[in-house]
Amino acid sequence: MRPVIPYVTAALLFGLGAYGVLRRRNAVLVLMAVELMLNAVNLVLVTADTTVRAQLPHAGQVFALFVIVLAAAEIGVGLAIVLQLYRLRASVAVDEVPLTEPSAGSPTERPAESPPGSRPARSAPAGEVTR
Amino acid sequence: MTGADVLLLALGAVAVGAGALVVTTRHLVRAGLYLVVCLGALAGLYLVLTAELVAWVQVLIYVGAVVVLLLFAVMLTRAPIGASDDLDRPGWPAALIGGGTGLGLAALLVDAFRWTRVDLPEPGTAERLGEQVFRTWVLPFEVLSVLLLAALVGAVVLSRPDIGRRPADGRSLGKAGGPGPDAAGRPGVGAGGDQGADAGGHR
Repeated sequence: MRPVIPYVTAALLFGLGAYGVLRRRNAVLVLMAVELMLNAVNLVLVTADTTVRAQLPHAGQVFALFVIVLAAAEIGVGLAIVLQLYRLRASVAVDEVPLTEPSAGSPTERPAESPPGSRPARSAPAGEVTR
Repeated sequence: MTGADVLLLALGAVAVGAGALVVTTRHLVRAGLYLVVCLGALAGLYLVLTAELVAWVQVLIYVGAVVVLLLFAVMLTRAPIGASDDLDRPGWPAALIGGGTGLGLAALLVDAFRWTRVDLPEPGTAERLGEQVFRTWVLPFEVLSVLLLAALVGAVVLSRPDIGRRPADGRSLGKAGGPGPDAAGRPGVGAGGDQGADAGGHR
């Protein structure tokens, strides 16, 4: 077995995943590209397990299993985030998501209202304690 | 080249080709189906690399569960059935970074391993891997179960709009629910202040 073949496969898959994450606009397709990158890492782990004689046997395959479980958890939370984004904006285009807090809209008015009620309540006892 | 090399080359070509189609196709549903092909070819690669249990877990979790979840996401976000033209952004930076990463890593690994030959070890069956997981890696395994629970709770909280978002949704409900935390928070803060004053008095 020539280990260079699966290693190069994994490297190309990782490059494809990075390309897809940067290129795609649809959030579901971005998640698919992230899966490609995770699978490339898994392939590297399994190949390293067969090529490297480690102190602990099969450590690479155990790590690959852990990464698969992590990917399952990641895809669950990612799907929830994508669906929440779709519910809020009726679109899953990732380059239309504002990175800064929007100045208008109902979600921002509420935090702007609540701190004036809570800040004096927190600062007044602090002032009493310092006295 | 032995039979294992030929199998590795063929399955690797299938995986890379299907992966390229995943990131370039214009059909959302076809991207998910090409992902199935890519992950299946990877499971075949794991089998050739004697990682038996990892291959079956890959088929079960990735091809079975993750792709189904992704197709659910495609359906629930009302993706168009046919080809859609607005899936991509302008691609020069992505091609530069993706191609640079992939080809750079490939060149590094080719330079590291050349055309060396390695004998395949004994297969990683469920018995051997289970022994390792439950003997050496017990603590990460348990931590991983806690992480799965956290991800479950996080997904539930994210997908239910009535948790934590109720004061922000309706104005009347928000004003009715708004004083609740304040009224509950002020005595707590006041009690904390009293305790601080008591502590200061004792000193």
